[in-house]
Amino acid sequence: MRDPGGPRGPGRAWRAFPSLPPSLTALSPSAGAARAGGDGGSSDVQWCFLQVKGAIDEDVAEADIISTVEFNYTGDLLATGDKGGRVVIFQREQEPKTRPLSRGEYNVYSTFQSHEPEFDYLKSLEIEEKINKIRWLPQQNAAHFLLSTNDKTIKLWKISERDKRAEGYNLKEEDGRLREPGRVTELRVPTLKPMDLMVEASPRRIFANAHTYHINSISVNSDYATYLSADDLRINLWHLEVTNRSFNIVDIKPANMEELTEVITAAEFHPHQCNTFVYSSSKGTIRLCDMRSAALCDQHAKFFEEPEDPSSRSFFSEIISSISDVKFSHNGRFMMTRDYLSVKVWDLNMENKPVETYQVHEYLRSKLCSLYENDCIFDKFECCWNGSDSTIMTGSYNNFFRTFERDTLRDSTLEASRESSKPRAILKPRKVCTTGKRKKDEISVDSLDFNKKILHTAWHPMDNIIAVAATNNLYLFQEKMN
Amino acid sequence: MDTMFVRGLKRKCFDGEEDIEGTLAGIKAVPSYNLQRQSLLDMSLVKLQLCHMLVEPNLCRSVLIANTVRQIQEEMTQDGTWQMINAQNTGQASLDRLVSTDILCRSSGDQAEGKHVPAYGTFNKDFESDQAQDGSETMSTASSVQAPRNLQSNMWEEMENPQENKGNFQKSLDQIFETLENKSPNSVEDLFSEVDNSYYDLDTMLTGMMTNTKMGHCDSLETFSSPTNTASNSNCKSDLNDLDHIVEILVES
Repeated sequence: MRDPGGPRGPGRAWRAFPSLPPSLTALSPSAGAARAGGDGGSSDVQWCFLQVKGAIDEDVAEADIISTVEFNYTGDLLATGDKGGRVVIFQREQEPKTRPLSRGEYNVYSTFQSHEPEFDYLKSLEIEEKINKIRWLPQQNAAHFLLSTNDKTIKLWKISERDKRAEGYNLKEEDGRLREPGRVTELRVPTLKPMDLMVEASPRRIFANAHTYHINSISVNSDYATYLSADDLRINLWHLEVTNRSFNIVDIKPANMEELTEVITAAEFHPHQCNTFVYSSSKGTIRLCDMRSAALCDQHAKFFEEPEDPSSRSFFSEIISSISDVKFSHNGRFMMTRDYLSVKVWDLNMENKPVETYQVHEYLRSKLCSLYENDCIFDKFECCWNGSDSTIMTGSYNNFFRTFERDTLRDSTLEASRESSKPRAILKPRKVCTTGKRKKDEISVDSLDFNKKILHTAWHPMDNIIAVAATNNLYLFQEKMN
Repeated sequence: MDTMFVRGLKRKCFDGEEDIEGTLAGIKAVPSYNLQRQSLLDMSLVKLQLCHMLVEPNLCRSVLIANTVRQIQEEMTQDGTWQMINAQNTGQASLDRLVSTDILCRSSGDQAEGKHVPAYGTFNKDFESDQAQDGSETMSTASSVQAPRNLQSNMWEEMENPQENKGNFQKSLDQIFETLENKSPNSVEDLFSEVDNSYYDLDTMLTGMMTNTKMGHCDSLETFSSPTNTASNSNCKSDLNDLDHIVEILVES
């Protein structure tokens, strides 16, 4: 049973249900410390396999490749989008009373086709149906709402349950045929009878024709009435109720396209300040903007950039500095950015450098040429915070993903594989061998499978449950319970 | 992954390849670096070709590759070793010249020690003498031995007109962004080849029939050296033709 939620205000700034978990840890940023990982030993938290969703066979259909993963505000629902334009929502089972300590499993709740392939006749180009991002809205009533977007169009979906149906109509038969009014001899009151639970998804709003370039991000504002959508060169602000108009708040398109050297790669609203948002660029910079200052936020309020280390400059420096994801911490004091080789945590009050830097797979630095050739260098990895902002997670190659504990400086490398997919099996930490001598259980850089990339991960907003998308499979892991 | 490493490359990334720069004279490292840089330039230009796309290309990727190309161009201009791919090279040869580019992965600090800019005359001579040694070490294909020879003849011809070639290159790079702006495969094709109107028939495209001529155009980088770039003119013309055609279809339906 879901609670109906908090009081519904007149559409503006009302409390989310439930309130987002505040971060309780007062973290003291250690300025500029580079954490290469492995300094503090391996992580305290042990992860167990919970479930895996998706087909097992080797032949992966392109349409089944998962392209986005997102928990809702309570963590009871987990949504995935794929390249075929479908959205699958999993719901967490209620904790069985008989085994109170065992966590609920996630089962399919709803599946629907969100976007269809389209053809742009004017440009003679296809518009992919791939779901780029899904963002949940906080729950207001019994139904659930989410925004899903492909390259061009954002849709607001309502997911609602139906478990009763009316019987005993006067004017129509049970099978739907209309009764002749003249033949009705007595009146009766229709009754509600229970039926098998049916979950319906219906598109409530379609926000289209506002983006010339490919949408890479959507972000719901903390006022829960507006949201932003960002493409390569522009960011638009929408009201959830209005589909025929959006406001352009950032435009970095140069007058002369020949001068284009930088694009927007990600954008997000601040979790508490409804006037603040950030956007990252392909040059490794982040701009924080305040919508109160001007209608068009081309002038940033803050500009975050780490000066380049001249000793490590190469032809690939710019490409690997391109930021693929930016996420605010739950407490709103920090933000995290992911570039090709590292994850950086920034204090919003310090613009000249990040407060923490974590190396994800530094061993790839000497392989950049090959990774450029096979296009892997352009892979866009995402990153995420845990509920308390104490740990961050991001993906890598060979179905590896990494977690970094900020306070203890512990990190771990784990693998999402079928081999370690036995119920409650504890995940064994993996290690990539960078020197010539390979120890047992280590894997050498040459043996890494660059087709198995973990680009999308999500962390439950409160519990230690993580969802990891490995191509067409969704892995769920939970913290080992003692 | 099979294609993890560039074709013909021995695994140098692990076996401390400092010996390339350390024990051998700096002169030897220079052609190696230049060739690899050229190779990276070729690779980047190939990547920018958008011909196989039915979907709009990824703008971020294109911008990053174009910026890399500009960087290489700037450095080559500063070095004074700027040269153009000329009509002698077919598309296949340029791909074969993708030699080991691991040296480029290293920081400029590492390279600064071994690298120096030789005078034009000495470069030729050094190049010839190094060819035999280079051939066995960094390149294993026969075509790569051809490459240095081509390089020499290129340089001899192109060094006389560095400005013009640079201008052409810059123009071509700019055209890439114009085409990204227009998002029309027509103009993209024009960038690299003579216009073939038969391909741009809307019906042909919709039914997915791609003619061989189109593939041939993609592989060739010949027009980069063509001094007369009539692409912009033919752009408008073919665009108009296609627009008419599209309007025709829409009206009929």
